This record gives sequence, C-alpha cells and structure tokens, in this order.
Amino acid sequence: MNSHEKSAPSRIARHFEACANEDRPALVTFITAGDPDLATSQAIMDGLPGAGADLIELGMPFSDPMADGVAIQLAGQRALATGHTMKATLQMVRRFREKDTDTPVILMGYYNPILSYGNDAFLADAVAAGVDGLIIVDLPFEEDAEFCLPALKAGLSFIRLTTPTTDDVRLPLVLKNASGFVYYVSMTGITGAAISDYDVVGQAVKRIKAETDLPVAVGFGIKTGDDATRIGKHADGVVVGTALVNALAQSLDAEGRATDATAPAVHDLVRSLAQGVRRARD
Amino acid sequence: MTSPLANSLRTGPTPEGRFGQFGGRFVAETLMPLIGELEKAYREARNDPSYGEELEALGKHYTGRPSPLYFAERMSAHLGGAKIYFKREELNHTGSHKLNNCIGQILLARRMGKTRIIAETGAGQHGVATATVCARFGLPCVIYMGATDVERQAPNVFRMKLLGAEIVPVTAGAGTLKDAMNEALRDWVSNVDDTYYLIGTAAGPHPYPEMVRDFQSVIGRELREQFLQAEGGLPDTLVACIGGGSNAIGLFHEFLDDPEVAIYGAEAGGYGIDTDNGHAASMTGGRPGVLHGNRTYLLQDDDGQILEGHSISAGLDYPGVGPEHSFLKDSGRVTYVPITDREALDAFQLCARLEGILPALESAHGLAQVIKLAPDMDKEQSIVLCLSGRGDKDVETVGKYLEGAS
Repeated sequence: MNSHEKSAPSRIARHFEACANEDRPALVTFITAGDPDLATSQAIMDGLPGAGADLIELGMPFSDPMADGVAIQLAGQRALATGHTMKATLQMVRRFREKDTDTPVILMGYYNPILSYGNDAFLADAVAAGVDGLIIVDLPFEEDAEFCLPALKAGLSFIRLTTPTTDDVRLPLVLKNASGFVYYVSMTGITGAAISDYDVVGQAVKRIKAETDLPVAVGFGIKTGDDATRIGKHADGVVVGTALVNALAQSLDAEGRATDATAPAVHDLVRSLAQGVRRARD
Repeated sequence: MTSPLANSLRTGPTPEGRFGQFGGRFVAETLMPLIGELEKAYREARNDPSYGEELEALGKHYTGRPSPLYFAERMSAHLGGAKIYFKREELNHTGSHKLNNCIGQILLARRMGKTRIIAETGAGQHGVATATVCARFGLPCVIYMGATDVERQAPNVFRMKLLGAEIVPVTAGAGTLKDAMNEALRDWVSNVDDTYYLIGTAAGPHPYPEMVRDFQSVIGRELREQFLQAEGGLPDTLVACIGGGSNAIGLFHEFLDDPEVAIYGAEAGGYGIDTDNGHAASMTGGRPGVLHGNRTYLLQDDDGQILEGHSISAGLDYPGVGPEHSFLKDSGRVTYVPITDREALDAFQLCARLEGILPALESAHGLAQVIKLAPDMDKEQSIVLCLSGRGDKDVETVGKYLEGAS
C-alpha cells in the first residue's frame, strides 16, 4: 500500500495549520522507541494522540547519543538492552499506522544506525511504514548530499535543528533544505537542561520566522504544562522529550521493567501539556 | 627520494574535511559554528610566523624536542634481522607524544580567547599532557575520563590532580574512552562561549584530524633528518600503534609519498579479532560508520550500535580510528594488523630486559609487530618504531597479568 507516500509530507503541515487555526501551538511529544520494552512503548505511542499529542517524535535508540542528556541516553540503553533494533522501530510505526493514519510521525536519532541499515533501504522502509519526517542530529547541512537530499526525494520531510549558535550566515543555509517544520533548540546544551530566558527564545523564533514560511517549534527545557504555555506564546509548536522520558523512568520497578503505571504516567503528563498549549495564547 | 606521484597521499583533507570517503563534520548544529571558528583560527595561526616560532620554542625548551632516534642494538641482535630503531617520543615531557598536540592546541585556544579547556582521556596520557599545558598557561582544565579507566590508570589520575585539573569520571556505557568523549562533547555543547575542546587524537570532526596530524607530524619530519644522518637514505619500514592513531599519523605522514618505505599500524587485537567485542581493532575487525563527528572504521554491531571493544591498553581501547588511517587502509598504502594483549605483554617484557626501556602498553603493540617483521628482513634493512609513550603507568596492569599467568 502506497497511500502514505503521497499523503505523508502534507500531514505535518496540515497539523500545524489546524493548530494555528485553533490559535494554539502544536504539541510535539518525544518518546524513545522500545523504552522500556517494545510492547509498552507501542502502547505509549498508540495512546499519545488520544492524550493530546499533535505530532509524535519517535527516538531511534543509539549507543552514543552525544547531543542528549542522561535521561534520553538511559532510555536508549533500556531499549537496546531488550535487543531493540531499527527494524523494531519501523515496525512500531507500521503498527501505529494501522490505527492512526492522521498523526504525523517523525523519527529522530543519529546517523550511524541508518547508515548501517543502508540509506536507501531505510528511506524505502520508513516511507512504507508511514513515517512523515526525520530529524538526524549529527547531519548538519554541510553533509546534505549524504542523506538529506535522498530523504527529500523519497518524500520525507527533513526537519532541521537551529540553535542559539546558528548565526546570520548559517541560518539561511540551515533552512535551505529544511522541510516540515523548524526545530529551534532553545539553548546551547543537551536535552534535559533548563531554559533561562523566555523572551530571548521568543526573539530567536521571530528571527527564524523572518527567514522561512515553515512553522517553528521550540524544544529543550520544556517540562510542565506551564512551561508549554510560556514557550507556546512565542512558537508554532512546543517539543517535549526529556520530561516524558523521566515520567516513564519514574514509573518503572526496581529492575527497570514497566509497571501498570508506566503508560498512564506518560499519557497523564501529555494531557497536562496539552492543556498547557491551549492556554498559550490566553 | 620523494617520488613524483600524480596522486599524492599527502594532500588531504579536502576543504570539507574528507580523506577519500572518510572524515567530514558529522556534529549537531550547536557545534558547527564552533568548528568553523576553530578551522578559521587554525588557518590564520598557520599563516602567522609567530605562531610557528612559539610552537618550535616550546617544543625545544619545554617538550625537549627533537626526540632521539635510538638504535636498539640488543633488540636487533636478539631478533637477528633488520636494524631496529626507536623514535623516542616517550622521552618527551609528560612521557608521551601527546604533548606535541597539546602545545599546538593550547596556543590556538589562547589566540581564540578561550578561557576554559576540556579534554577526554583514556589511558590518561592525553589528560596529563592537557593538564600540563593548562598549568603552564594558567587555564582551568576539566578532564573527562571513563570510570573504568580512572580505576585502572590511578597514577595518571593523581598526576592530573597535582597539575590542577578537575577529573570527571564518566559512568555511562562501559566507562571508557568513547564515553569520555561523548561527555566532553556534551560539555562543549553546553559551554560554547568560553570553552575550548582539546581533542587528543587525530579523530573527530574536521578540522581536528588534520590539525592533530599537523602537530604530530614533527615526529616524521625529525625522523627523516635523523635517519638520513644515521644510515643515509630512508628507513625500509615504519611501525606505530593505533588507537585513534595520532602518533602513527605523525610518524607516517612525512613518508606517505615514499613508496619504498613500508608502513605498518598495530591495532589492539585484545583477545583476538575473532572474539566478539573482545578487541579494539576498528580497521581489521570493524566496518565504516559515523561516530564522534567523522566517518571512519568503527567497531559496531549489525544494527549500527557502537561496541565498547577491549584492549589491555586503555589508550587503544577506542571503537573508532582517525579518518586518515581509514583512507590509508583502503588505499592500501598502510598495512594495519591486529596485535593481541598477550603479544603486547611479551613485547613489553622483552623491551624491558633487552633495552632497559619500559614502553607504554600502547607502544608495545607496535613493538610486537616489529618483533614479527624484523627476523625476516635483511640485516642491512631498518625498521623504525614510534615508541610513543613510557610504560611506568602500566606496571601495575602488567604485574597483575604476570601474577595471574604464573
């Protein structure tokens, strides 16, 4: 079935547009695939839209997540310890798509596991599974020929990270092959750190929006519904990852296994974040 | 004699940081502007004669360069073949080749106005060299070191502390060099304004592999001159150990376009390259991938997850290798071979008894390859080993092994 191939790129745009029409930012939620085990992770993913997530970022576990903090590193380690593979990550998307053909799914991770899978095979399998976009942390625009351009050609969005260190010279180059949305990293730091100044973030978002028509989502440092409200004032979307991963981690038993509380812990926080984004423009 | 090769092997990297298909700049956007700034600062420094003069003066009076070229007479007689020479980088201040690179980079950091230095270390040799130059120039220094390595390299940890460095033990993963490098990268991402990341080997994102190679190439340049005086002509064979490969590329680079010079790199074969995750031989036992900012040969599983690897030598216990080595492997110019823990330990002991020199376990891997090559070579031929570090730091590890083996 190839219906995803045509509809996939537009799903992201459609969702940002729908949120804009509701005069609120989109809620983008991140979970790590296979954390803490495949079945629980699938249940968490399947329940995200119902809890209020507008877009889903699914982390592809990697042994050496250099740009992530310890929470997301541990999530990846939990998944890998169960024998989680790239094929299993794509399988999760396929299963999700059996029930949900509407919510955009973006795979986020590092390049080596893709390279190892085979770039062309990965793109084909991701499209077939119903993936909408990719965020590959360690592929700056300098390496676009390598994977970004083939991904665009395959019909996937290639979402770019911009950071406070992205200067006026780099910004247009970063945005050149960007698609789907722009992910503004609110700080120079790793995932899980704290935002110090919301106004600075707002100015940064304005600067990016002056250069692109794409929606701008802000991530790094958003932990609560109130954070989502504050950041959402300035952005087309808010991305929450570490806080959800922490909620999951706190629900595990002493051996790090899922409990009955695991999926609800994540979904409850998503619900509270969803309320937060709905207060953003009040 | 330098041969007029149309395709010189010494022209890399490209402006994009590529050595053939290897190298590049595979880092998060946060770091890209910093890497660009670093490259620009390095180009400017190289074009500034005062930078070169400062490097040379410190090399001479602080490091103790040139390092001697020593004829290992009893080792040569014992092996009964080629004449064996040691390029004695272990006699440098701090006891290894690492200081060559640290001096070059700390001068650069100062030119860039950076006020805080971070580094990763495995065996502690690079950490000690970094802590040393930070003390010398009065800059605060944070060293990331795997918790496992902190334990097995206690003397170097104490040295770094005496030099005023802060040691951060890294517990993620297996607590070895790759985990320390991840953590140093995270620090850098979080402290972009004031911090300089002083990478210890010829790996990482462009321009590090080129820059570190340039600083270490003093080894090969000195050798060419010294060997000409000692023997006339060129050595027949060069050997160096490879972890990230900075001493090796420093030795090799000068001779890459001299095809009559055979070149060998000794990787950490650990328990043997047929043992799953039991070695750190990324080229002879791994495949190309992308990690820590560059494309290079890596130890990885079928799903592209990075393996920890194993070596008795903490300095070789890294799942990657500098991208220029990957290029030289594929081009066939350099022959890379695995040396097991046991072979390295045997070479360590032989060197101690025959020459009165304790080599670092890293360098002992190179020596083990010399021991394999020399007997089959002609008595008129010569092998030069880069004796990259001294073995004082390893006596405890070797002692434990010998107790266990007796």
